Amino acid sequence: MNRRGFFKLCGVAAGSTALATRANAGVARASTVSSKDDPYGILIDTTKCVGCNSCSEACAEAHGLPEPNTDEDVLKDTTVTQWTVINKFAVEDEDIYVKRQCMHCIEPACVSACLTEAMHKNEDGAVVWDADRCMGCRYCMVSCPFDIPKYEYGSNNPKVQKCIRCFELTEVGKVPACVDACPEEAITFGRRSELLAEGHKRIAESPDDYVNHIYGEREAGGTAMLYLASVPFEQLGFRTDLGTRSYPEYTKEFLYAVPFLLAGVPAALLGMSRATSGKHDDSIDLDQEG
Amino acid sequence: MSTTTSDLGLELAPRRQGFFRFLLSQLKPRGRLLTPFNMISIPVMLLAAGILVIRFADGLGAVTNLSDAFPWGIWKAFNVIAGVAFAGGAYVLCFMVYVLGLKKYEPAVRVTVLSGFLAYCFYAGALILELGKPWEIMNPLIGDGFGLSSVLFLVAWHFVLYITAAFVEFSPAIAEWAGAPRLRRVLKGMTLGAVVLGIALSMLHQSGLGALFLMAGPKIHPLWFSEFIPILFFVSSIFAGLSMVIVEGSISRKVFNGAMDEEHRKSHRAILLGLSRICAGTMIAYLMMQVIAFVHGHDGASLTGAMGAWWLVEILGFTALPCVLFIVALRRQHLGLVRIAGVMTVVGVLLNRLNVSLIAYRWDHPNHYVPTWMEVVVAVAIIFAQIWVLRWAITRMPVLRRSPAWAETDDARRGLKH
Repeated sequence: MNRRGFFKLCGVAAGSTALATRANAGVARASTVSSKDDPYGILIDTTKCVGCNSCSEACAEAHGLPEPNTDEDVLKDTTVTQWTVINKFAVEDEDIYVKRQCMHCIEPACVSACLTEAMHKNEDGAVVWDADRCMGCRYCMVSCPFDIPKYEYGSNNPKVQKCIRCFELTEVGKVPACVDACPEEAITFGRRSELLAEGHKRIAESPDDYVNHIYGEREAGGTAMLYLASVPFEQLGFRTDLGTRSYPEYTKEFLYAVPFLLAGVPAALLGMSRATSGKHDDSIDLDQEG
Repeated sequence: MSTTTSDLGLELAPRRQGFFRFLLSQLKPRGRLLTPFNMISIPVMLLAAGILVIRFADGLGAVTNLSDAFPWGIWKAFNVIAGVAFAGGAYVLCFMVYVLGLKKYEPAVRVTVLSGFLAYCFYAGALILELGKPWEIMNPLIGDGFGLSSVLFLVAWHFVLYITAAFVEFSPAIAEWAGAPRLRRVLKGMTLGAVVLGIALSMLHQSGLGALFLMAGPKIHPLWFSEFIPILFFVSSIFAGLSMVIVEGSISRKVFNGAMDEEHRKSHRAILLGLSRICAGTMIAYLMMQVIAFVHGHDGASLTGAMGAWWLVEILGFTALPCVLFIVALRRQHLGLVRIAGVMTVVGVLLNRLNVSLIAYRWDHPNHYVPTWMEVVVAVAIIFAQIWVLRWAITRMPVLRRSPAWAETDDARRGLKH
C-alpha cells in the first residue's frame, strides 16, 4: 500500500468512526433513562375499585376530551379521545374493575423507538409526546408492549394520543385528575418507591385479599403505574408474557454492533479490494517510498 | 459525422446543442406509446395520484385500513421492508466486482446499482406517503430531534447515506450520457469509497429493518420471531437481491434487447449461473440459521395449525425448494430452471417480509389488517413509476451497453480497471 492509499484508508476509517460515535452516544443516552431513579407513579388497587368511572370522566374533563365510554359489557381499549378506560372482569362470581391507561414505563419502548425524540420522558417520569417533532412513523405504536399510543388516522395533521399522567398538574404540586376524582381511594399518586412500599405493606397486612405480586414492579423493566389485585393478573386482561427486561434492552445489542461495523467494514473492504486488484505490488511500493 | 474533442483530448459524441436542449430532447418519449405495460401502468399511476390527493386531504384513515392495532400497512411492509431486501443485489454485486475484482459480473453492475438506487428513492417515497406528518421528515436528519437510541433513526440515516452512495456509484454513467469527461473522472475516483461505505451501510440497514421488530417480539408469531431476526434479514437480503438480479436480468434481456450490446448478451448466461451458485450457498446458510432459531425456541408442536403450515410453505416451499432448484439448475447448466428458482426465491423473501411485518404480526387479532384496494393501487403504482424511470435511464444511458469510446480510452490511459 502506498502513502496515498494509506491516507485514503484513514479517511474512510475516520469518517465511519464519526458516524459510529454518533450511534454510540445514542446507546449511552438510552441507558441513562434508568438513572432517573424515582419517578412519580400511580398505584392502582383493583380490590378497591367499584367501577364508578369517576376517573375516566375526570380525565376527559381535564383534557377537553368527549364523554368517555363507560359500557361495562364490552372490553374497551383506550382511544385517541379516551385516555383511560375501566374494564369489568367477572372472576369467581366477583366483578373486578381494572383501569387501563399508559403505564409510563421506567425505560419506555416508545421513547427509545422514537427517531425524532417527539416521544420523551419528563424529568418526573411522565412519558409525553411533542407534536412539533413527530413525523408520524408510528414506530412507537409497533414497539409499545401495552399497545397504548393511539393515532388520529382521520386527521390530515394527526397526533399521537395517550395518557400524559397530567404532568401539567403534577408539575405544580397537584395530583393527576383521575387520582383526585377517585371516591374509593383506589388510585394513589406518589413516588414510585413509596408506592411499591405501600403496595407490599397492603399485601403483607392482608395476604388473603391480594396475590403476592405488584404488576409493574418488574414487568417490561418496571413501570410507574403499579397494580394490586386479588386474583392472578392474567385473569384481568394483563399481559404476563412481557418479561422483566426493559424494552430498549432488546435493541441495545444491535445498536452496539453498529459502530463496530461502520468503523471496521469499510476499512476491511478497502484492504480486500487492494489485495485482490493485483495492481499494487507491495514490494515495489516499499522500494519507492521506503 | 463530426466529432468534438474535449479538453482532456478525448473524442466525444457529436453534441452541437446546449445541455438543456440535450436534456429536453432526452426527456421526449421514445418507442411506441401504446405498449401493454404503458396501457396498464398509466391508468394505475393516475388512479394512485387521485388516491393520494384524498390521503393528504383527509388523512391516512380515508384510504387505508390502518388501525391502532396495525399501525404499519403494505406501503411499509411491501414497498419498504420487502422492497429494500430486493434492492440488496446492488451492494452484493458491488462487493463482488469492486472489492473482490470478479470482472465476470461487471456487465450486471450498472443496471443493478441503477435499479437499487431507484428502488431506494421510490421506497423512500412510499415511506413519506405512509408518514402521518411527512413534512416533519427532516427532523431526524437536520437535528431537530436526534432519536439516537432508535433503530429507525439508524435505518433512516443509513437509507439517506446509502441513496447518496448508490448515486455516486452510478454517476459515471450519467457523466458518460451527458458527455462530461472531466466530471466523469472525478466521479469515477469516488466509486470505491462509495462502494465500501455502501456495503457497510447496506449490511446495517438490511439487518436494521429486522431489528425494528426486536421490540415487537410478543406481537409476532413465535415462528417468525427470534433474536436472530437482524441476521436473518441480512443474510436473506443477499439471495433476495441476487434473485431479483436474475429475474430482472432475464426480463431486461427481452425488453431492452435494443439497448444491450453484444458483450452484455453474451455474459448473461455465465452471470446467471454464477449468481445461482451464490444464491444456493447463502440460502443453505439461511436455512441452517432458521433451523437453529427454530430448535432454540420451539418443538414440533408449534408446526401444527394454520400458522405452522404457513411457515412450512415459506421455509420449505419457497426457500428450501428454490435452493434445491438452483443446485439442480447448476448441475444441468439450465437457465430456464435458474429463472424458475429465481422467481420462487423472490416470492419466498416477499412472503417472509410480509409475514414478519403484517401476516404473523398480531396473527391472533380478531380484526386483522387487510389492505384496501386503494392501498394496493398505490403500492403497485410506486413499482410502476420506478420501472418508468428505470426504462427511461436504460434506453438513454450506457447501462446495458459499453461506455462510450472516449470513456474507455480515458480509463485505459489512466490504467483503471473499472
